[in-house]
Amino acid sequence: MTIDMSQFYQVFFDEADELLAEMEKLLLALDVSAPDSEDLNAIFRAAHSIKGGAATFAFNDITEVTHMLESLLDRIRKGEMALTPDHVDAFLVSKDVLTMQMDGHHHGSSVDQEAVGNVCLRLKALSLGSAADTPVPAAAAPESVKPEAAPVADADGNCSFRIELPEVPQRDVDALAAELGLLGTISQESLADKRVVFTLTTPESQDSIVAICSFVLDPDDLKITHGGAQTGAAEAEPSAEDPGYGLFEPVKADAASQPVAAMAAPTKAEKPAAEAKNLGRRATDKEGGSQESSSIRVGIEKVDQLINLVGELVITQAMIEQRISVLDPIQYERLLNSVGQLTRNTRDLQEAVMSIRMMPMDYVFSRFPRMVRDLAGKLGKKVEFVTRGAATELDKGLIERIVDPLTHLVRNSVDHGIEMPEKRRASGKNETGKLTLSAAHQGGNIVIEVSDDGGGLNRDRILDKAKQQGLPVSDTMPDGDVWQLIFAPGFSTAEVVTDVSGRGVGMDVVKRNITAMGGTVEIRSVPGAGTTIAISLPLTLAILDGMSIKVGEEVYILPLGYVIESLQPASEDVKDIAGQGQVVKIRGDYLPLIPLYRIFAIEPKFTDPSQGIVVILEADGKKAALLVDALVGQQQVVVKNLESNFRKVAGISGATILGDGGVSLILDVSALLRSSRQLNADPVFF
Amino acid sequence: MSYTTQTQAQTGMRASGEVAGNEFLAFTLGQEEYGIDILRVQEIRGYEPVTRIANAPDFIKGVVNLRGIIVPVVDMRIKFSLGTPTYDQFTVVIILNIGGRVMGMVVDSVSDVTTLAPEQVKPAPEMGTTFDSDYLIGLGTLNERMLILVDIDKLMSSTEMGLIEKIAA
Repeated sequence: MTIDMSQFYQVFFDEADELLAEMEKLLLALDVSAPDSEDLNAIFRAAHSIKGGAATFAFNDITEVTHMLESLLDRIRKGEMALTPDHVDAFLVSKDVLTMQMDGHHHGSSVDQEAVGNVCLRLKALSLGSAADTPVPAAAAPESVKPEAAPVADADGNCSFRIELPEVPQRDVDALAAELGLLGTISQESLADKRVVFTLTTPESQDSIVAICSFVLDPDDLKITHGGAQTGAAEAEPSAEDPGYGLFEPVKADAASQPVAAMAAPTKAEKPAAEAKNLGRRATDKEGGSQESSSIRVGIEKVDQLINLVGELVITQAMIEQRISVLDPIQYERLLNSVGQLTRNTRDLQEAVMSIRMMPMDYVFSRFPRMVRDLAGKLGKKVEFVTRGAATELDKGLIERIVDPLTHLVRNSVDHGIEMPEKRRASGKNETGKLTLSAAHQGGNIVIEVSDDGGGLNRDRILDKAKQQGLPVSDTMPDGDVWQLIFAPGFSTAEVVTDVSGRGVGMDVVKRNITAMGGTVEIRSVPGAGTTIAISLPLTLAILDGMSIKVGEEVYILPLGYVIESLQPASEDVKDIAGQGQVVKIRGDYLPLIPLYRIFAIEPKFTDPSQGIVVILEADGKKAALLVDALVGQQQVVVKNLESNFRKVAGISGATILGDGGVSLILDVSALLRSSRQLNADPVFF
Repeated sequence: MSYTTQTQAQTGMRASGEVAGNEFLAFTLGQEEYGIDILRVQEIRGYEPVTRIANAPDFIKGVVNLRGIIVPVVDMRIKFSLGTPTYDQFTVVIILNIGGRVMGMVVDSVSDVTTLAPEQVKPAPEMGTTFDSDYLIGLGTLNERMLILVDIDKLMSSTEMGLIEKIAA
């Protein structure tokens, strides 16, 4: 089975972009003399995350750069090396190189390999510690691809720079001379066209010079050359009128942030090439920019706020609709038409907004085939992996948090659930085990199931182990309670449950994660036939097709998915079963009758099923007839969580807001059907 | 009273965990006047019809829609058998925000917001009110009035109220 990895590329790029931006922000805010260790750690983590991601997708060039960055950062954050401005500069340059490489992979724009090489050398030099007080270009230069472009450092590590200023007032020139003079020895001469040239001998890097000059003038207008090239280059340097040189200049100003700093004073022959290359790069940058804007990252609170506002709008719109329904359609035709249009627009808007947060389960499921395959191969098992309901949509926040628990469960199933081929053959099963991952909406919840057709859980062993650990157990516990024991913290580890052992390692973590999301985990297991672990998560945010029903004065919503039909039974079709309530005969089947008024203690209009309406419901393969007074209508409702401000109410899966602003409760059909079996036993609720 | 002494007294109180703030919203239940920390009050509204919750204790009136969120409403008069629970245009619901959870509380009426200096707050007697003294901060005296100061956080998150599901250990 092959997986298209490219679908995850976007995620990596988005994430890496964010990390790089974060890294840059932190670097820029970093106080070099007294760096905050928390900031250093954050920068390190960013580099580390990018490296990990890049390695996963086999972007080896990115991995290489980040690896060097990471090891250098590691030494600094451990205090093995002091942070200097040179480090920060080098890190910023590597950030730019990484951005360039990322764009290269993302949009296919060209990557300046020279810059990559330079930054690698620079990082390497820094990590060797040799660069502690030498200017960076000098440190990088000896191994650089262009040694002839190296600035010449004298015995003290000083470099001589020739700084050519554009035409500026004499006042600024004096100010600059004074400022630059602080860096080292400075001399000043005038050119024929009134421009001024400084010659500065300093241990500082070129970047510092640019930084100082940029207070007074645009760094783009500045020409800085290294003294080494001075004699030749100064004469060869064309004047500002030269269009070619003019084009090259802005790029050079990038020196502050680009690795081309090391390429200072290229020989004349190289200029056209450099120019073309840089021009080319600019063009691709622009393309890249237009593609990036196809997705934006927005804070989740903003989206939630939007969703709430749209929810309000929908309710208001429903109110208007209700008010105008009494108007005379002929007299108010135009008003009614306009409101009709508003209704459609609102619905579209609502759908669009809702879809922002929803993502298909496929996003999670598609990670597993590869994992299952690898794992099965390693263990020498044969596993067929099936996914169902991959299109089921779930809130993005939940989707991201379900990945880890699911990974754990799937791994467990392959590892401990499915038996070895020989054993399967011996027990008369197909050699290839089957692992099913499914997702479905069920009663206001999404249910994700990991099920295998393996050996199942061993009840006796779990009980034995539980007794050993002093857990309160008895031999007569129902199966469901026994299976829950494997979620007990510290339970399990070796030789516990199945003969392969394990099954329960970290299960408490799985359970805790899911409980934290407001969900529940259920285990169904049949010895020899397999185990199903069902995770049920609340839909904090979902639209539901609902049928509103009325009992007495109260209106409830039934999720339409459970409704098969509704009818008024003939009185002879309703039979009493002694002590068991009533059943309704519908087309030859006898279905248990659930009187909603009795469960919810409502004063109904009708207690006789032949006068009211029964709604036939089906959930978990069971059918039942729900007795209500009347059907009100069918509508889409926004499911609101009762638990956020209140608590779980038995028989109710959520609430929604009706057109009149009132609240209506959504029935939990599965729970109702379960309770129908024990209706006359103790009350199920409260 | 000077500002400094007040602040000192207040911080002293905070440290001992007896008083969280010193501005209280006063409301009445039957003949008694109560006070709760004003910082827990989100807003005060009139009573609107609620949606009943089946099988809930009768002091939980039900849930209402508060600008898109579902909020439970409890009637303190029923909970503490004070006064007669009537619902008309004068019935007031205090919307509380306790630890991020929003809930409504029906009371007979709301009078004012009063500032109580720490020395005006007397320790609650062991008995004498319908409230369990665990939920009381103390008694506030204000001229002729006496406010029963309720630790609303503790009360609303208590199992007795049953508003918040206790997380099973």
